[in-house]
Amino acid sequence: MLDSTSKQIVKRSGGVINPAKTCQPIGAMYAALGIHKCLPHSHGSQGCCSYHRMHLTRHFRDPIMASTSSFTEGASVFGGVANLKTAIKNVFTIYDPDIMAIHTTCLSETIGDDIPSIIKSAEIPEGKLVIHANTPSYVGSHVTGFSNMVKGMITYLAEVDVEEKKQQVNVIPGFVNPGDMREIKRIVKIMGIDSIVLPDTSGVLDAPMTGEYTMYPRGGTKIEEIKDSGNSLVTLALGSFASSDAAKELKRKCNVPEVSLKTPIGVKATDELIMSLIKKFNKEVPYELEEERGQLVDIMTDTHFHFHGKTVAIFGDPDIVIALTEYILSLGMIPVHVLTGTPGGAFEKEIKAMLLEAGIRANVKAAGDLMELHQLIKNKPVDLLIGNTYGKYIARAEDLPFVRIGFPILDRSVHSYLPVVGYKGAMRIIEMISNALLERADRDAADEDFELVM
Amino acid sequence: MAIDEKMLEQILNKYPAKVKRNRKKHIVIRDIEKGAQEIEANTRTIPGIITNRGCAFAGCKGVVVGPLKDMVHIVHGPVGCAYYSWGTRRNKAKSENPKENFLNYCFSTDMQESDIVFGGEKKLAKMIDEVVEIFHPKAISVSATCPVGLIGDDLVAVAKAAEKRHGIQVLAFNCEGYKGVSQSAGHHIANNILMEKVIGAGNLEEAPSKYSINILGEYNIGGDSWEIERVLKDIGYHVVTVMTGDGSYEELKNAHIAELNLVQCHRSINYIAEMLEIKYGTPWLKVNFIGIENTIKSLRNMAQYFGDPELIQKTEEVIARETARIEPVMAQYKKICEGKTAFCFVGGSRGHHYQGLFAELGVETILAGYEFAHRDDYEGRDIIPEIKSDADSKNIPDLHVTPDQRRYRLKISDEKMAELKKRIPLGNYKGMISDMKDGHVIVDDLNHFETEEFIKILKPDIFASGIKDKYVVQKMGIPSKQLHSYDYSGPYAGFNGAVKFAEDISMAFTSPTWNFITPPWKNKPLLDGKIVDEEAS
Repeated sequence: MLDSTSKQIVKRSGGVINPAKTCQPIGAMYAALGIHKCLPHSHGSQGCCSYHRMHLTRHFRDPIMASTSSFTEGASVFGGVANLKTAIKNVFTIYDPDIMAIHTTCLSETIGDDIPSIIKSAEIPEGKLVIHANTPSYVGSHVTGFSNMVKGMITYLAEVDVEEKKQQVNVIPGFVNPGDMREIKRIVKIMGIDSIVLPDTSGVLDAPMTGEYTMYPRGGTKIEEIKDSGNSLVTLALGSFASSDAAKELKRKCNVPEVSLKTPIGVKATDELIMSLIKKFNKEVPYELEEERGQLVDIMTDTHFHFHGKTVAIFGDPDIVIALTEYILSLGMIPVHVLTGTPGGAFEKEIKAMLLEAGIRANVKAAGDLMELHQLIKNKPVDLLIGNTYGKYIARAEDLPFVRIGFPILDRSVHSYLPVVGYKGAMRIIEMISNALLERADRDAADEDFELVM
Repeated sequence: MAIDEKMLEQILNKYPAKVKRNRKKHIVIRDIEKGAQEIEANTRTIPGIITNRGCAFAGCKGVVVGPLKDMVHIVHGPVGCAYYSWGTRRNKAKSENPKENFLNYCFSTDMQESDIVFGGEKKLAKMIDEVVEIFHPKAISVSATCPVGLIGDDLVAVAKAAEKRHGIQVLAFNCEGYKGVSQSAGHHIANNILMEKVIGAGNLEEAPSKYSINILGEYNIGGDSWEIERVLKDIGYHVVTVMTGDGSYEELKNAHIAELNLVQCHRSINYIAEMLEIKYGTPWLKVNFIGIENTIKSLRNMAQYFGDPELIQKTEEVIARETARIEPVMAQYKKICEGKTAFCFVGGSRGHHYQGLFAELGVETILAGYEFAHRDDYEGRDIIPEIKSDADSKNIPDLHVTPDQRRYRLKISDEKMAELKKRIPLGNYKGMISDMKDGHVIVDDLNHFETEEFIKILKPDIFASGIKDKYVVQKMGIPSKQLHSYDYSGPYAGFNGAVKFAEDISMAFTSPTWNFITPPWKNKPLLDGKIVDEEAS
């Protein structure tokens, strides 16, 4: 497996080998699916839309609906104005969404199609909405695309129509699974606080089997809610890479104060989320949540010898990896290699600060690729690898226990339904890590060392 | 339930007028009395329509070029296109030397904004240099993505310069996603370059053994090619190269030595098949190794072509042995599947190929179609002279080859050829429509709206398609079978493949999970005694 990857690291600058990121539009498509009755639209060649739908479908194992401008060579030369106008007309007539969320591609960006003016001149049925985000594939990553689309929702839709801010919180959950969005909503609800979570793919991409297909399932943030987000008391941006831009836009446009937090993975980041809610809303933490936290800490202490001191390589999207690294440190584990494919100095800075505090030295890399991660592991082996499905090649090549967290996970199921965020999610992560390490210990144990109780 | 023209009209009435006029030409209800029926294909998908189609890049790098295992395939563009075509198609490959198999790697120049503004040629050249230094491949491919064509990066020039620097072939594929109307344009672009630059570059002048063949348009999804080769080798054939499943650059270079070319997927590779015949005099035979009957027929046709009694006898022996082994198993599965109906909508050949296998299990295909086929895949190759080329197809250059003065050799005499053509599909493909029964529906470039509507009316028991519509259909409570990726199962080709398919389809029908869709409280009134009382009072 990956036999051509040598231990010796040759410095490269010609591109990436085994990328740890993909392009903006898929993130924009995912974000748009988190609006109720929204059809994402890809303004570019058919292949983009097809690839993104395929990849999202493989991860969520649920229908991913999106339309495309179906560019041809002619459109590429003369611009995609006619294609987009035709698409808008056809989408509303045939598929009848309440809102269409257009994202661009590297093709339409290179051409320079001016989306806002095309939208203005398009035939849009009364009461229907069209929004857009620029998502050039040659900037940032899929996380950037997610962030840009969420920001676009605010730019187009958020409004202020009350004098005094309402006692409600906006939560921008970031590029996480519907199971995570569900869990975040549950936590805020237990706190007794009204919330607007946007986007919200729960109930859309984890929709139940009923025997009837509906193109627009019950879930998703309602357009009314997005409008109302301008009236909220505060916005919590969970994960700065995916959520901060939208929160800043809410501040700019609607003067909603912004609090930037980590994705609530692990005990510390979840505590911070709850502390922020307490502070802003003057609420007591209900026993139900305190009990969950207590259970988590109980598990952490009871099982610490399963994972304490183990070395870990972590890769994935920046917000997830930052929070995960913090949690790994809380468990007494040692991050050795921490990498994201998404560019951004903030990633390295934040991880390095955490490591410094913990007195640990590690390789920290933004805009890296998995070839590099593999070589780093060859030079400094680890006990455990945590990342998305693409890590399985490295795990096999180096015979490493492997825990799948992040996007995309294409070779295992159910992950999108269950949270990794909150206290419950943290318990689940311990279960995954412990099981992976203990399975390995069992596999490698001599008969005389094979234990019944561990 | 069948469908008639009136019902079809009703479905299409939901469309805006222009869309309706367009889509009507892509849908045919089979009417044998009418004789040859025309269908529109290989034309643009209308913007806004939720199509299953992909792009030229997907057809070129993703389908035809990507499976060549001993080459490094560099994608020149922003990261996405390389990323999505990395490991997702299930074209399996193994190499004796694992350092000569690069299929688990993904190479992207990861173009950034500055590359778009100032050009990406330097970065691409750098990438090629680094790949040569680290991976030492025998050859490299470079595939273009959408923005590359627009900013004017000259892939051919970069490749040529790199060939000089490194002394290996560097193939440039100008397969920008916007070219043509679907993946099909990319197949054609790939065929042209492989024919022009690779096939015939090898030193072999003669086949090393009797009955040397190439298998064209077989991509070894789920190990299909391995099962086909098992049977062929058993009979006594020598497989020179497979295009391109588990295929290699080294073998492909010597494809000119084969005595016969088999064509499995007509759409993606018929260009090379035709050019091999013109250039080297090697005829091609349309085969179909999906389903037991079709596999047997293909094996017999091959034996007929070579005409050697010993080969014919060995063919019959293998057929007898294989069928004796699997028929009892198939009979068991048939009991489960018998009487059911299917939709079969796949890329460019499987929409046709799988109908026979379904039929062997007692499943009737009542609607079928292709994602990116041309009219000849539906109506047969006789229609080719009548197909008008439009602006989109004209943009894909045709490669014109001439007989190779040194290597052209008639493999069989003209008389024998003419005689064989009457009996076997030598140099011919009769298309999907002629195999479909009266009243059955043929849909080109089936889209989401039509999928829903046809399912409502025709209520198939199983829907064979791809990942994008799989869960749409399953949400309706209807099992869906991916025939691009086989739902991560397979092989489905040949004798063992037929059994595996039968097992998987039966599993889809018999899974107890379908029984839980309706909660018990929705099935019957919970307190029926009381309701009677209330009514009485």
